Amino acid sequence: MDSYLTIKDILAGYKEGRFSSTELFRYYKDRIARLNPTLNAIITNVDHQHGDFLASQNPLPVIHKDVYSTEDVETTAASNILRGYIPPFDATAVTKLAEANFITLGKANCDAFAHGTTGENSDFGPTKNPYGLEYTPGGSSSGSAVAVAAGLSPLATATDTGGSIRFPASLTNTVGIKPTYGRVSRYGIIAMTSSTDSIGHITRTVWDNAYVLNKTAGYDPHDATSAKVQVDDYLEDIEQGVKGLRLGVPKEYLENIAPEIEKAYREKVDTLRNLGAEIVEDISLPHTEYGINVYYIVTPSEVSSNLARFDGIRFGQERSHFGAEAKRRIMIGTYCLSSGYYDAYYLKAQKVRTLVIQDFAKAFEKVDALIAPVSAVMQPKLGELVNDPIKNYMLDVLTIPVNLAGVPSLAVPAGFSNGLPIGLQIIGDYFDEKLLYRIGYALEQETRYFEQTPKL
Amino acid sequence: MRLDIDHVAKLAKLPLSKEEKELLEPQLNQIVNFIEKLNEVDTESVEPTFQVTGKTNELREDVVAEGLTQDQAIKNAPNADDGYIVTKGVFVDG
Amino acid sequence: MSNKNYETIIGLEIHIQLKTKTGLFSSVSNDSWQAKPNSLTNPVELGLPGALPAPNKTAIEWTQRLGRSLNCRLNTKSKFDRKNYFYPDLPRGYQLSQYDEPFCEDGFLDIKDPSNHTQTKRIHITRIHLEEDSGKSMHKDGKTYLDFNKAGTPLVELVTEPDFRSPDEASVFSKMIQEAVRILDISDADMEKGQMRLEANVSVRKLGETELPNYRVELKNINSFKFMRDAINYEVERQIKALESGEELFQETRGWMEKEQKTVLQRSKEEAHDYRYFPEPDIPPFDFDDDYFARVLKDLPVMPWKKEEDLLNRGVREDYAHLIAYDSAKYATFENLLEKSELAFEELVKVVVNTKDQDSAEAEIERINSKQSSTVGDDALKQAVEKSINDNPNAVDDFKNGKETAIKFLIGQVMRETKGQADAQQAEEMLVNKLS
Repeated sequence: MDSYLTIKDILAGYKEGRFSSTELFRYYKDRIARLNPTLNAIITNVDHQHGDFLASQNPLPVIHKDVYSTEDVETTAASNILRGYIPPFDATAVTKLAEANFITLGKANCDAFAHGTTGENSDFGPTKNPYGLEYTPGGSSSGSAVAVAAGLSPLATATDTGGSIRFPASLTNTVGIKPTYGRVSRYGIIAMTSSTDSIGHITRTVWDNAYVLNKTAGYDPHDATSAKVQVDDYLEDIEQGVKGLRLGVPKEYLENIAPEIEKAYREKVDTLRNLGAEIVEDISLPHTEYGINVYYIVTPSEVSSNLARFDGIRFGQERSHFGAEAKRRIMIGTYCLSSGYYDAYYLKAQKVRTLVIQDFAKAFEKVDALIAPVSAVMQPKLGELVNDPIKNYMLDVLTIPVNLAGVPSLAVPAGFSNGLPIGLQIIGDYFDEKLLYRIGYALEQETRYFEQTPKL
Repeated sequence: MRLDIDHVAKLAKLPLSKEEKELLEPQLNQIVNFIEKLNEVDTESVEPTFQVTGKTNELREDVVAEGLTQDQAIKNAPNADDGYIVTKGVFVDG
Repeated sequence: MSNKNYETIIGLEIHIQLKTKTGLFSSVSNDSWQAKPNSLTNPVELGLPGALPAPNKTAIEWTQRLGRSLNCRLNTKSKFDRKNYFYPDLPRGYQLSQYDEPFCEDGFLDIKDPSNHTQTKRIHITRIHLEEDSGKSMHKDGKTYLDFNKAGTPLVELVTEPDFRSPDEASVFSKMIQEAVRILDISDADMEKGQMRLEANVSVRKLGETELPNYRVELKNINSFKFMRDAINYEVERQIKALESGEELFQETRGWMEKEQKTVLQRSKEEAHDYRYFPEPDIPPFDFDDDYFARVLKDLPVMPWKKEEDLLNRGVREDYAHLIAYDSAKYATFENLLEKSELAFEELVKVVVNTKDQDSAEAEIERINSKQSSTVGDDALKQAVEKSINDNPNAVDDFKNGKETAIKFLIGQVMRETKGQADAQQAEEMLVNKLS
């Protein structure tokens, strides 16, 4: 069996009778057993004693980030404080994927509570990048990205609060969608920053990614912030190409980026131009640089409140079991909201957030979508940034503005440098995911980076 | 440094060891300096954005749905007794 | 009060559980009285990771109906906020409440002065907001036993200005609020079941002073109207004694200990919470328009004190007015017959008061109609008008100073004197002539 099947391949394989569901699931179980001890992408294996997949018609594998509540399956957010917690309910996204025949193989490692950019804040140890085991795969959805990149599953769910899907996707040659805020229900996903948490997923190809969003998107009465906007068929026009589209180059996103990244980026912009897109240079989003400062006020503030329920009474361990990053965020957030400081920090940040949003609104008056790098730097080595919170935070500088505005962004592979993957993101206006997939698909068909699988 | 680590830790109900405080204090200082970069931005006439959805009046009908059983409700609690979730004593308070 | 040189200042905070079918933020059953512990919860009420609140439409509408009934401004823009504090029975580590944009603000209720029933006093209502109740804690053998059934029950909080000058006034007001929520059918307001809870903010100042004292003591654990009176009386004495002995008083929270008949310190100023309020990001804000309010406020029942005031204004004698206003069946009969019957107004009132239901009232009217009705003579009316003016110099002054409602009072007195036989319009003309 091919190690790197996509969802599309599996559906075709079932149709053509190339394998049975039992063969397929045994294959993934074996592969996980063989590779996961090295990669540390999966922290809980779901034991299918009676083979749930046999009962289902054409079942598909999925691995859920460990911040997704899974009924009767341990859910820890990769933190010690939640060790042993067994949710009595499924997150809405888990339910929807189950209804779409996705069977849970396991739970993916991540930075504890999704706080982090390298995966190293996991209390279960860091996840390794399959393209270079000494490198970080990016975070916080480190395990999700690596599970897909290493062919442990064609799909892993993830969350993107400040870049936690796009950053690891771009460091592992995978496709990650950060949908419009509210497009996918947050119900049952352990909250980090309620006002920016976006529920998305990582796949190997753009087609697969769109296929999955078709299943997860939609209004959920359990999430009051989920959108009642009609859900598009994201596969419908995916092959339509980019001819005639106006794509913007946001100039602030190119300041201070690594030369390898700039080179890959520029080549892909040229590719899109050659495919018929009109490239609009010098689109300005002047408040981009402040996004990171806004984020590191809003996020800790909401985190300090969202983590207050972890008191070790109804579930979990006592508060002393929080990891260092959770403690930092709780402290900063508590400080920012405390009497006398609210206006100077939280309120001020939400005002600057308005300016960030206005930047995007103005940009989308001029172009249909923005093409931007995901990261300003190449993969750090594991251990390189430990105990330097600010340098860690800066890794998200190009992904955060999207979260503050709530617009969608699709990260797709953009090439390699010395064998290490580089990604780019396609940023759209609210609910323009369909357009992002169209652009991503056109680029992917031209570049076919997904074929460059890691050597494991 | 305006962040009083003991005061904030108390508000946050976060027990910190002496070692943790020593490690955290300079880091928290650094982060506060970092976020204060926002003071550069003029927000005089800017309204804050707390939520980006633009939604209003999201209301649920008052109809009962099934909840958790008592077993489900208490099964994750480290201490439970006769259907109650038990924790160490607290003084009568607000 | 032990010392006549001091004046008591009281403000009230009243919590009322709404009897909606479900919780404020989830569809768990709200009928938690005597249910097995932790048998009525769901992930939202237990504050499990990932669970999100979904606000109850009915709870919000009921709060607004209460607000309108208590003469509040209903805010078009409103929201929920997180009030962050830790307590074992508070599942999320924050309470969903309302901070700076409550559903209702700036209301009032006119209470009858308990020492002088003819005078009314206006009590200003600062705000009425909606929040969620916490779970229940029981303390036993150094451990705390928690039941989260009650967590998430919609809780209305009504806050008054410090307008009360005696525990009796506070008691009268609280009973009116209890009556209001029962008439609106939004709460049973049974204090023993904790469905209605009172907190009083109490301070004292020297008579003649006009500034509010720079401290106030918040009294908790008040489970009945009697306890409220006892607690306030105790606290006032304690505070006066302290001030007299040169002690300075501070903002603090004290609990009423029924057995010991005293208040004890629960939280001092130093321990005051820093609640770190911020807008709840999980719930979109509210923006209500006219159509919304028209729908929500439809068929709002009239409060008995409004009915009573109206009846008094129409010249009904006090005891009758009270009787009809506070008996909804009688009031309905009165309203129905007022439209139908040709009977003189005061005669009709008498019939309604003295019959048991609408059928017997109608029979009585028929009987009266068959008789010749008598009317009061001009001389008797003139006499009654003069008596009304002589006996009520305050009302006369009020009228002369432009307070037009005073004439209604004077007419009422004429009607009383003539036992309802006078023609009200004729009486009014005569009064106005005399007074201008």
